Amino acid sequence: MTAPLVEGATGPWEVVIGLEVHAQVVSNAKLFSGAATAFGAEPNSQVSFVDAAMPGMLPVINRHCVEQAVKTGLALEARINLVSVFDRKNYFYPDLPAGYQISQYKNPIVGTGTIRLDMKDGSTRTIGITRLHLEQDAGKSLHDVAPGASHVDLNRAGVALMEIVSEPDLRSAEEAGAYLKKLRAILRYIGTCDGNMEEGSLRCDANVSVRRPGGALGTRCEIKNVNSIRFLQRAIEYETQRQIELIEGGGTVVQETRLYDANKGETRAMRSKEEAHDYRYFPDPDLMPLRLDPAWVARLKAGVPELPDAKKDRFMAAYGLSAYDAGVLVGDQVAADYFETVAKGRDAKLAANWVMVELFGALNRLGKEIDASPVSAVQLCGLLDLMADGTISGRLAKDVFAAMVETGKDAAIVVEEKGLRQVTDTGAIEAAIDAIMAREAAKVAEYRAGKDKLFGFFVGQVMRAMGGKANPAQLNDLLKHKLAG
Amino acid sequence: MAALTDLTISEARAGLRARSFSARELADAHVGAMERARELNAFITETADAARAGAGASDARLARGEAGPLEGIPLAIKDLFCTKGVTTTAGSHILHGFASPYESTVTANLWRAGAVMLGKTNLDEFAMGSSNMTSYHGPVVSPWRRKGSNARLVPGGSSGGSAAAVAARLCLGATGTDTGGSIRQPAAFSGIVGLKPTYGRCSRLGIVAFASSLDQAGPLARSVRDCAILLGAMAGHDPLDSTSVDRPVPDYEAALVRPLKGLRVGVPKEYRVDGMPAEIDALWRQGVAWLTDQGATVREVSLPHTRHALPTYYIVAPAEASSNLARYDGVRYGLRVAGDGVDGLYEATRAAGFGAEVQRRVLIGTYVLSAGYYDAYYLRAQRVRTLIARDFARAYEQVDVLLTPTAPSAAFAIGEKMDDPVAMYLNDVFTVPASLAGLPAISVPAGLSADGLPLGLQIIGRAFDEETVIAAGAALERAAGFSHRPDGIAP
Repeated sequence: MTAPLVEGATGPWEVVIGLEVHAQVVSNAKLFSGAATAFGAEPNSQVSFVDAAMPGMLPVINRHCVEQAVKTGLALEARINLVSVFDRKNYFYPDLPAGYQISQYKNPIVGTGTIRLDMKDGSTRTIGITRLHLEQDAGKSLHDVAPGASHVDLNRAGVALMEIVSEPDLRSAEEAGAYLKKLRAILRYIGTCDGNMEEGSLRCDANVSVRRPGGALGTRCEIKNVNSIRFLQRAIEYETQRQIELIEGGGTVVQETRLYDANKGETRAMRSKEEAHDYRYFPDPDLMPLRLDPAWVARLKAGVPELPDAKKDRFMAAYGLSAYDAGVLVGDQVAADYFETVAKGRDAKLAANWVMVELFGALNRLGKEIDASPVSAVQLCGLLDLMADGTISGRLAKDVFAAMVETGKDAAIVVEEKGLRQVTDTGAIEAAIDAIMAREAAKVAEYRAGKDKLFGFFVGQVMRAMGGKANPAQLNDLLKHKLAG
Repeated sequence: MAALTDLTISEARAGLRARSFSARELADAHVGAMERARELNAFITETADAARAGAGASDARLARGEAGPLEGIPLAIKDLFCTKGVTTTAGSHILHGFASPYESTVTANLWRAGAVMLGKTNLDEFAMGSSNMTSYHGPVVSPWRRKGSNARLVPGGSSGGSAAAVAARLCLGATGTDTGGSIRQPAAFSGIVGLKPTYGRCSRLGIVAFASSLDQAGPLARSVRDCAILLGAMAGHDPLDSTSVDRPVPDYEAALVRPLKGLRVGVPKEYRVDGMPAEIDALWRQGVAWLTDQGATVREVSLPHTRHALPTYYIVAPAEASSNLARYDGVRYGLRVAGDGVDGLYEATRAAGFGAEVQRRVLIGTYVLSAGYYDAYYLRAQRVRTLIARDFARAYEQVDVLLTPTAPSAAFAIGEKMDDPVAMYLNDVFTVPASLAGLPAISVPAGLSADGLPLGLQIIGRAFDEETVIAAGAALERAAGFSHRPDGIAP
C-alpha cells in the first residue's frame, strides 16, 4: 500500500508519525516498592516510604514488572536485552518526590521489534518498534482541592510503566489509530497492561511532521496528553493541517511540545519553560544493572499465548473468514474467544456474521463491551443450534436474539415463552394455504396464467397468517404444489 | 577497676556478663559523661531516657541469660542514620524537625544485638566535609589539644561527632559512615580506630544518602577488637538495599588473633605525596617495621592512577549528591520556606536549608551531569574510577593488604583551611582511593605528632576481606601500643 497523502494548496504532503506509548504494567505492587497500585484509591493511601522519597529509602526492583516487560518485548517480537540499566532522570516537580524519575535511558530492557497493522482494505503494514523501557510513573498534582494551594497525590508515584516507542513509520492518523489499537490488543492478550485509556493506564504522545512525498523529514512536534484513540487521530489530523498551512503560508515548523486540547480539538504549544529541561541522566547508583537469565527469558517465551496476528491467520485458514472479518474478531481477545466458542462445530461464517453483525450491533446500541454482553457465547450457540435443527427460522432467530439481549434468557426459553416454535405440521400449513388461496382466488388465477412473480406474495400471506412460524422449506414445497393445481 | 567509661566494648561485655556492673550503671556513667561534655558539641540529640530504658531492658535480658552480642553496650549513632521517632538531621537545617517513622537497617541490627543508644552525633552537613565545620549544628570540638596550646581543634569529619564522643569516653563505640574517608580520617584525628567495610557489606537502607555508590556504614571505637565486634553486628545482607551483598558475615573477632606470618603487605609508592610532613612519613616507615617484625613481608607496589582519585571523587560524589539531595524540596518533610510559586518554594527552602559546602557540591554535581559536560566529567570520572579499582586489583595479585598513612596531617584548628575548599579536600587524599574502589580499610592510632596529636595508619584490604584488614590492624595496634588520651575530656 502506498502512503496516503494529504493534499495541500501547493501539492501533496506526506505525514510522518511516531508514537510513544506509556503502558501501565499490570502488577499488584509498584516498580521499586511494595505499595499497592489499585486505581481510584483514596489519595495518598498507596504510598510507601520509598515512593515518598523519605531520607535513606532505597528502590528494589519488582521482579514481576520485569517479567511483564520481557513478556511484552517477546510479544512484539523484539530483542530482549539481557543487561539493561536504570538511570535517573532529574527534574524538580512536586509530584516527583525524589526529584528524579527512575527510567532506562541508554540501555533499555527491550530493543527493536515490530507490530503488524491490519488496514481496512485487508492489506497489512509493518511498523517498527524502537525500544521498550521500564520507568516509574509520577504522582498527580491536584490544583482544585483548595483555592491558593496545590495538593499532591502520590498513589501513582512509582507505579511501573512501559514506555514503548515506535519508529516514525506511521503515515496517517488512521494508521496511528490502528497501531495503538493493535498495541493495546497485544498488551491485553498477554495481560501486561489493561489498556484502559480512560483511567490513564495507556497514554500516548505523538511525534508528527510533514514532508513532500519522498523528501527529507520535516521538523516534528510532539503532541502530549492524548488519552483516547479518537483524540489521537483528531490531534494528528489537526497538527498535520496546522503544519501544512504553516509551511504553505511561508512559515517554518518549530520543534516543540504541544498539548492536545480535546475540548477545542486543537493542539497548542506548551510554554517553553515547561519543556526547558536538562534531565541530567546518569545510572542510578542505588540499583545494579538488571541482568536476565536467558533460560528464564526462554521460559517466558514459551508461555506467550497465541497473539492477534497468529490468531487472525488461523481464523482465516480454519474458519474461512475474510481478512477483514478475522482482523476485527482478533482485535479483542474476548471477541475472538466468543467467536471461537460459537463457531466450534457450527457454520463458521454464519457464526462470524452473528457475532459481528447482530452481537456487535446490539452491544453498540447498548454501549457495552463484549465482556459485559447480555448474551453469552454459550447462549448464542443455543440460538444457532435452534436454527440448525429447524426449531426456528432464520427470520425468527433475529427476534429471539433481540429478546435474549433484552432479557438475558436462553434462546430455548424465549422460543417457548413466545410460542415461536416453527410449525412443521403439513396439515396446518396446508390449511393456511387453502385459506389464502380461497381468499385470493383472482391472484391464484393470475399465477396460473403465468404470473410466476406472485409466488412470493403467497409465501408472505401464508407466513403472516401463521405468525411467521411456518417452516419455510415446507411452506415453499406445499404452496408450489397446490398453486400448480 | 577502671571507670566504666574507660572500658573497651569487649571489657564492658565481660563485666556485664559477670554482673560486675549493670547495663543501667554503664548507661548512667555514659549519660553523665555525655552531659558533662556538651562543650564538645559531639551530640546533636541526646537520648538519655531511651538509653536508661534500653539499659534496663538489657539488664533484664542479661538476668535471663538472653543477652545479645552487644547487650547493654552504650553507643552513639551518627545523625545520618534514621532512628525511629528520634530526630535525624544529617547535620543540616533542611531536615528541620524530621523524625523518621523507620529505623535504619544498621541501627536496627545493633539494637537487635542488645546495644543501647545514647544519642545522635554531630557531623558535617550531609556528611560533606573533613572537619565537622559544615554542620548546621556547629562544629564539634576535638577533645585533643596541641601541646601547650588551647586552640580548639577539629575532630575530623564527617563522622566527627562520633569520633570525638568515642575519644572523649562519652560512649563505648559509635557508628559512622564513610564516603571518601569520613570514618577513617576522624578516627585518625581523634586517636581511635575506625573501620570502613567493603561497599555492600552493610545496608545503606535508612542512612541519609550522600553519594550512593560510595556511602558505607562502619564502626568507630577504641580498639580494633571493638570495631570487629561492632561490625559483626552491623553487617549483613539487606534485601531492601539492592547494593548490599548476600554473603555470610564472618566472625571478625576471630580474625584478631590471626598470625601475621606470611602476610604480604604493599606500600603504594604513589602515596608518598609532595609536602607530606616528615613525621607522617616516619610513622609510615614505623608501621612497615612493626608489620615486618611480626612476620609480614613488605614490598613497594604501584597504584598508578592514585593522583586522579581526588578529582574523580569530587566529580562522582557531588554528581550523586546533587541528585540524592533533590528530594529536600520543602514539599513533604523538613524545612519549608515559602516562596513565589513552587519554584520559589524550592529556591527559598533549599537556599535556607543547605549550607555553603552542600550548595557548592550540588552545583558541582549538577554541572558535571549537565548535557554537554556529562561525557567530559561524569563519564570520564567513572572510567578513571574503573582504572583506580583495577590498580588495586593488580596490586592484590602481589600483596594481601596495603599500608598507608590515613591522613596527610594531624588535626587542624577550628577555622583553619576554611577559606580554601581544595585544601580541605586534600585531607582525603589517602582515603578516597579505597572508597572509589569500594575496598575495606581501617585506621589505627599509631603515634603522636610533634605537637602531641594522634596520627593514624591505614590498612586497605581486598573486597570482603575485612578479616585480613582486622588482623593487620590488630598487629599495628599491638605494636603501636597507643595509650595516649586526650586532655580535653570531662572527668
